[in-house]
This record gives sequence, structure tokens and C-alpha cells, in this order.
Amino acid sequence: MSFEQPTHFAFDEASEAEVAKILAKYPEAKKASGVIPLLYVVQRQMGRATGSAWVPKVAMDVIADRLGMAPIRVYEVATFYFMFNMKPIGKHHLQLCGTTPCMLRGSDDVMRACHDAAHVQVGQTSADGLFTLTEVECLGACVNAPVLQVDDDYFEDLDYDRTVALIEALKRGERPTPGSSIGRQTSAPEGGPLVLIDVPGGVAGGGE
Amino acid sequence: MALSDKDRIFTNLYGLQDWRLPAAQRRGNWDGTSGILGKGRDWIIEEMKASGLRGRGGAGFPTGMKWSFMPKQASERPHYLVVNADESEPGTCKDRDIIRHDPHTLIEGCLIAGFAMGAHAGYIYIRGEYYNESRVLDAAIDEAYAAGLLGKNAAGSGWDFDLYVHRGAGAYICGEETALIESLEGKKGMPRLKPPFPAAVGLYGCPTTVNNVETIAVVPTILRRGAAWFAGFGRPKNSGTKIFCIQGHVNKPCNVEEEMSIPMRELIERHAGGVRGGWDNLLCVIPGGSSTPLLPKHICDDVLMDFDALREHKSGLGTAGVIVMDKSTDIVRAIARLSRFYKHESCGQCTPCREGMGWVSRMMDRMVQGRAEIEEIDVLEDVTRRIEGHTICALADGGVWPVQGLIRHYRPVMEERIAQYKARHATPSALPMAAE
Repeated sequence: MSFEQPTHFAFDEASEAEVAKILAKYPEAKKASGVIPLLYVVQRQMGRATGSAWVPKVAMDVIADRLGMAPIRVYEVATFYFMFNMKPIGKHHLQLCGTTPCMLRGSDDVMRACHDAAHVQVGQTSADGLFTLTEVECLGACVNAPVLQVDDDYFEDLDYDRTVALIEALKRGERPTPGSSIGRQTSAPEGGPLVLIDVPGGVAGGGE
Repeated sequence: MALSDKDRIFTNLYGLQDWRLPAAQRRGNWDGTSGILGKGRDWIIEEMKASGLRGRGGAGFPTGMKWSFMPKQASERPHYLVVNADESEPGTCKDRDIIRHDPHTLIEGCLIAGFAMGAHAGYIYIRGEYYNESRVLDAAIDEAYAAGLLGKNAAGSGWDFDLYVHRGAGAYICGEETALIESLEGKKGMPRLKPPFPAAVGLYGCPTTVNNVETIAVVPTILRRGAAWFAGFGRPKNSGTKIFCIQGHVNKPCNVEEEMSIPMRELIERHAGGVRGGWDNLLCVIPGGSSTPLLPKHICDDVLMDFDALREHKSGLGTAGVIVMDKSTDIVRAIARLSRFYKHESCGQCTPCREGMGWVSRMMDRMVQGRAEIEEIDVLEDVTRRIEGHTICALADGGVWPVQGLIRHYRPVMEERIAQYKARHATPSALPMAAE
């Protein structure tokens, strides 16, 4: 798929505020530490401005200039880390975990649901521009497998039908509540916690 | 003799209560922190040694000893504490719960650990995918600053300590401590040759200690309740409590904090509703995250969940991500998917890993189909031995151990798969051996 690289990029006001906060975290002589955070700022701004969260080349040059790095050092970081999109993506980024813990709990079915409902194959963007589908490696939410990350949010304990329902809701412009799709309390066992009953402020002690 | 709630450190593991400071203080966080620091650096390190705490990030290195490697005298080079929150080992999701539900246990632990190693600054390196979790952590740190618990004279201790959150961006390798440091410096996450170790030359060339989230988060409670209390759980040299992530083919997957050395079967049956279809339907368990070799049922029947017991069976406690597989599992495919993971996550620096992980993955994909020769199982095993121990970091070791475990315990399944494939494709195969 061909796409156009923009010829200009500048941090907007919201991004500049973020950049200032980020650079305050590192010693002045070590501001190259800010490269990953600034790439995030770029990707987020692109999402706000164009509806597609990705990192254009010209923006990497802006980062290099800001951090006093050679542009190649920014390019190699941006391409080394999986979470930076080097080309435009759809409005929603469906990131399905396919690693063994999710596979054992049915990530194949979730993948099928993504194909069927979002009409998109792995590595591609749907014709309507709504969805890009990526198979990612372990998302670190394995006791709530299978997991689909939509943009920043984890949707957990999915199956085929609940994934289709999630995608249909996204199509309608809704934003379903992230977390367990079967109403579990985070990582507690289904049906409710078996421990942490008898703690200060706990279930038995009357939480907040 | 299951762990009772009064002895659980992570009392808000499931997020039933608020994570914010007032609720955290009611749970006992930040209670007498300045008094702990007042007992001095040496006392803290000795107490940590006495507690028997071993690092919770997978390697199990004694925490107190690790801290003692930091230079005793301050020089012009500042010291740094770096917390590894790059939780990415398949099967592991414990640090996520600590960060989003109990962030103040971690933040208080950072202050104490930072003080004990002479650090005035700490960075928490959190995996990029944990975006919402990082927002909670940021907010909790802001609260701590506002309450005087971080910054100048943190918690009234007289010690200045700043704490920052740094997000990674999707690279398993950054869980390796020197790759993490490289990444934090703004580079590709490629592990460094050791020595020098981070305690001598770490972040920005300065003395640095990298600890896992769970390791740091248990510190305040250990110091409040005493080393002897913590050491009273589990077998000798395997002390304490531990968060287990029980998943896969169990009836009720969950995270739970339990006593170390709990029998695996008891852990699964008491907390996760047992194996789907009953214990006799168990095929095998990966006991400690993807890098630890699987254990077939007959070992799972009575094995204990601690470092030494699992090591005796050529596996390990790792991160305590317990991946349960019942008899419906295509075990060759389950392991082949892990091989694909390691191929994807190799940083590409060392040839045996960069080339080897891809080779092993392609070979395992053929083993899933059975499109191989029986002798190639030996070739595969041999290649894994040539990869293991021949790289800068342990990623490649962790990548080949699951395959070695598969061959060790399920070679007949692999052979049968090959025979079935041959029977279906009666014409002689033109497949060149051990090639792609």
C-alpha cells in the first residue's frame, strides 16, 4: 500500500506541553532518553489531527532536532519498537494477542471475529478505513485471555460473539467499557474473589 | 495451610478498593516510612537479606545481595534505581495488577529501595501497552509528591528522592535489564555485554540497580512486619509470598497471592477452580512463564511451586505464570507458537539468536504439521543446544528451553505426528532434511 509522507510537522500546543513535561524527567545532557516518549507524542498528535495515529518521517526529523540526535538514531528507535506505526493506520487499531496463553483460550476465534466483523486481514486496514488489524505478542493480561487491545484499551475474556459485538459497537461510534467482557472483577476468578475477603476495607469489612 | 488474608501483602490485588492515596494509607501503605529509613541503609539491606526475598522478575536472584553490590560511598556519579515494569513474559500479568490497583506499595518501595542503594532518582520502565496502567501510576506519583512523600525530604525522612515513569514501546527484550537501560537512554533495546554490571556501570554510565515491580512492592511490608515474618513462608531459600497467574485450561483463571512452595495441584484447585474436565484431564503445565519448560501431569501431581523444586525437574518458577494445558491441547502447536514469539522478539544482535530463533520457529511449524523426518527431532534438539548459552542475554535460552522441554517429554507425540503426515502423503518426500 502506498501512502504519502507529509512534508511538514510541528508539535501543536497540547504536544508542546507534553514535551516539556517529558524532558523534565531526564538530565539535560541525557535528553535522548526522551526519544520514545516524543515518538508517542507525535503518534498521538497525528491521531488527533488526521484520525490515523502514525509517525511520519518528517516528524522524526523534528524529534531529532529537538533532542540533538542524528536523525538515523530516531529512525532506528522508531522502527525497532513495535508500537510505532510507520505508515497510516485505520481509526481503530485492533491488536490481537495470539501468543500461547491467549491461543489456549480461543484467540483463533477472536481472530475470525475480527476478519468477519471488521472485514480486515492481519497487517491490513479495512476498506472503510475504520480498522487496522495486527497480531501482537503477549499483552500481559493472560489470566483474562483472550485479549484484544483496541487503541489504548484492553478488552478481555473474549469469544467470537463478544468480539463481533465489540466491533459492531465501534462501528456505531460507541466506546464500550474496557476490561472483562464477562463482567469479572479484573483478575479475580469468575464468580468473585475467593481471597482478600478479610482485609481492612475489604469485601467483608465493607469497602468504599 | 493456605495463606490467610492477614498475611497477604497485596490487599487490593483485584482493585476492589480505591488505588488512591487515602485508601492506600488506610491499607497500611506509607505507615512509618521515615522510621524505616531512619534505621539506616545497612539495617535495611541486612533485613532484606534475612527475609530471603529472591527477585520476582524470573531469575530469582537474592534481592538484599543485589542491593549490596551498589557502591557504598557516593561519588560524583549519581546512583539510580530502575524498576522493571516491562512485564512481557507470556503467562505473566502480576505487575499489571500491582501498578493499577496497589501503586503506592510500589512507590513506597521505590523510596525505601532508592534510599538503601544511595539513589536520589528512580525510573519505572513500564511496557508501552500498559497505557492505562501508566496513567494510574503517573497519578499516584503526583499524589505522592503533593503529599510530600516524594521529592525533597521524602516522607519526612531527610532523603531526597524523585521518581519518574518511562514507557517502553513494545519490545519483550527490554525486560532484560541492560536492554532496558539502553532503551531508557533512548536507544534500541539491545542487551549489553556484562561485565561491567549495572551496579558499576548502568543508566547513563552510573551505578544502577534494576529490580522487578513485585520485588520492590513487597519491600515496605517486609520491613514493617519483619524479615522473620516473610521468611516464615515457603521452604528455606524459597521464602515469602508470591503472586501466581493461573491461566489456560482451568475453570477460573485468576491472579492470586499465595505462599511460596504451595503444591501446584493445590494452587490450581483451590484458586482457579481446577483443571477443565478434572485433574485427570491435565496434560501438562508450563509453571513459570513461557521460558520455563513444560511439566507433564505426573510431575504436576506433587511438585511444589518454588525455585528449587521446579529446578529439580529441569524447569523453573520464573515469573510464576502458570499455563495449564488439558488433554485437548495440540502441545506441538502450543510450543511452536512460543517459538514464533521468541523469533519475533529477538533483538537481532547475536547471530545464534537472530538466525536460530527463526530457524527453530520454522522447524517447529513443520513439526506441527509433521512435515519432517524423525531424525530432524534430534537435529532440532542439537541446534537448541548450540544456541543455548552462546548469546549475550538469556532471550535465546528462554526461547529454546520450551522446545527442549517438548522433546524431553513429548517426543513420541512428535514422532507420531510425523508418521501420520507420511501416511497421508505416501509419495516420498523431496524435503531436504533440516532445511526450510
